Amino acid sequence: MKHEDIVAHLKSRFGADGFATSEFRDNRRIIAQPSNLFAVLASLRGECGFDSLIDITAVDYLYYPNAKDRFGVVYALLDSVSGERIYVKTYLNEPELAVRSACSLWQGADWMEREVYDMYGIVFEGHPDLRRILMPEEFTAFPLRKDYPLRGRGERHNFPVLTRAEG
Amino acid sequence: MPLELVEPIAPESPEKEYLWTLNFGPQHPATHTTLRLILTLDGETVVKAVPDIGFLHSGFEKLGEDLNYNQYVTIVDRMNYISPVANEIAWHHVVEKLLGIEITPRCKYLRTIFAELMRIHDHLLNVGAAALDLGAFTAFLYAFYQRELIYDICETASGQRFHPSYTRVGGLMYDVNESFVDKVRAFVKGFPKTHADVTRLLNRNRIFIDRMKDIGVLSKEAAINKSCTGPIARASGVVRDLRKDEPYLAYKDFDFKVICATGGDSLARYLVRMEEMLESLKIIHQAIENLPGGSVNVDSNSKVVLPDQFSTYRSIESLIQHFEIIMPNRGFPAPVDEVYGAIESPSGELGFYIVSDGTERAYRARTRPPSFIHFAIFPDLIVGHQISDIVVVLGSLNIIAAELDR
Amino acid sequence: MAVDLSDSVILTQLDRLANWVRKNSLWPMPFGTACCGIELMATGASRHDIARFGAEVMRFSPRQCDLMIVAGRVVMKMLPILQRIWLQMPEPKWCISMGACASSGGVFDTYAVVQGVDRFMPVDVYIPGCPPRPEQVIQSVIDLQEKIRKTGTLIGKEFRERKASEAPLPLALELAPTETVISPGDFATGTRLRDEGQ
Repeated sequence: MKHEDIVAHLKSRFGADGFATSEFRDNRRIIAQPSNLFAVLASLRGECGFDSLIDITAVDYLYYPNAKDRFGVVYALLDSVSGERIYVKTYLNEPELAVRSACSLWQGADWMEREVYDMYGIVFEGHPDLRRILMPEEFTAFPLRKDYPLRGRGERHNFPVLTRAEG
Repeated sequence: MPLELVEPIAPESPEKEYLWTLNFGPQHPATHTTLRLILTLDGETVVKAVPDIGFLHSGFEKLGEDLNYNQYVTIVDRMNYISPVANEIAWHHVVEKLLGIEITPRCKYLRTIFAELMRIHDHLLNVGAAALDLGAFTAFLYAFYQRELIYDICETASGQRFHPSYTRVGGLMYDVNESFVDKVRAFVKGFPKTHADVTRLLNRNRIFIDRMKDIGVLSKEAAINKSCTGPIARASGVVRDLRKDEPYLAYKDFDFKVICATGGDSLARYLVRMEEMLESLKIIHQAIENLPGGSVNVDSNSKVVLPDQFSTYRSIESLIQHFEIIMPNRGFPAPVDEVYGAIESPSGELGFYIVSDGTERAYRARTRPPSFIHFAIFPDLIVGHQISDIVVVLGSLNIIAAELDR
Repeated sequence: MAVDLSDSVILTQLDRLANWVRKNSLWPMPFGTACCGIELMATGASRHDIARFGAEVMRFSPRQCDLMIVAGRVVMKMLPILQRIWLQMPEPKWCISMGACASSGGVFDTYAVVQGVDRFMPVDVYIPGCPPRPEQVIQSVIDLQEKIRKTGTLIGKEFRERKASEAPLPLALELAPTETVISPGDFATGTRLRDEGQ
């Protein structure tokens, strides 16, 4: 579907102030509320034909100029038949860092959401197996947040030392 | 005789005491470096495979927030280390999209040549390693010899075999000279013979086909639903190639085919990669014969491109421009916005999502890693097959650990 | 484990024989994690052939190797595995740390990468480079052969003497307790250290 038709369709489903749109270079964005995010994604998948999820990522806007919310979650969708792309964004603030999981819509969302949880601490409700994927299980911090330092807090060198004299 | 799929026992059934767990550990020759599989096996048949990754997670994305657009290319290089220049091309493609810069035709052609050389590079390693894992050592050595020739080409252009960090914002590090063109021409002439050798060794080899056919079948709907792209999706029937669908660089000028297959099994993925190498060779041949002249970097008065050494030392404006770009806390202004862009890397769609806050450093540089997404489909592909098929499927998925973990 | 022979026994000719034998048949255990692993494969391929120097078989079984080549960055999740494999290798064994990332962390000074494998494991030869050219890898094998020729013994006396680690102290010991977030986890099961006094 073309972008104007998609926006018109979403307006008829969610009302004109249920979401916002923006555009930059050739990225066309739909900015949804956390409460209707899943419904927007389901509508895009079911009715507008976006059958492939390209990426899920998150951004921490802590030091961003003119930022109003702390976290943003971005979904990049693709229509594999027509090649149309669209980006769905939503903004989250602490303490409600939770959105509904998109695993029931696209199976590819599984590991992408685990990674967002691992790196930012955003919980995806309804995810079948939400645990850390890249950091070790016992790691306690969320590394990609802006208040976590680049060099870590000493976790990387907290290991026993082997010398030659041991077997 | 051909292998038959055995009915797998569900893990919750009462016969589950026959199941045993095997750790296909992070240090294993056939896991293509550091990934771990916890397999639940019924005899030799895989009932469940749980991947455990993160053994090479180095904090690439956090580094992206600390280095500027020209410095981060050295890090991006080290992501898919089998085809390094392709990552750089992807990164600078997106940075130039963000900054709104249009690169010169010569730069486009050179980047296209490198992208296609890297596609051959990646597919050669994949085919070679797949053959090595199955025991065909000769194909591995043939493939590695051709890869050494590509390393020579990279070295002629940029000075380093591997991880050249060759692209810059608005252009390339150095322009190429005659010996580069000669080497590329020699490669184009000599590669088809090796390709034919490897084809003769493997394509009709009874053992190879028996081990690859109908192993790890991925259907078209599953490929789309699970976000697969690249040769893996094309081998399952998804006709999508970013070079044709969203042309970037100079691909519009070239005549080449998009290779697809319908089988979706490991053999189809292998055949797609072999044919893609020949198509890439065609593109390189067309590009090197029609290489446009002109400068490689964008207009030297622009604020983002480093001026060349001669004018930096001779003219004050170039010196100022050099200073403004190189010194920390200076640099070029970027729009305060976010953009996603992608190219067709040898593994699939390699994209970057860059959030910029106006400075010369990205605020957030996210990689859309094809290997990560393809490894997520592995547990579904391997159920019901045997332990020896794990190696085959892993090889056909082209999982690069550094891109998997970043 | 090295044989306990008193220091009054010197075995010169046997030492020389043992050194000659060991240095010309160093079987590497390639612990290849990242890009350096590919250069290691290229070193083993036909153009730069490491088999000419005795490193004929790249066995992936630690029990059969005597040279561990740590090729590539070692992440904190991977380090216990590296240590465990090091402990599984029988004496005499040597270690080459290949590349900038294994020697010192390289370009990756981040929360996840160990800044130099020598902080946690004894290393004999370091190879700089990112990645090092295959010729550098071969040169490092030759340097290790020189080291074995000069300082090797039949019974492995030189291994017993290196008790102290030459690596810098871990940062966790230097930061104030309120600033460190120590990742709990029982890495003791991964590495079998001896207690003090044994």
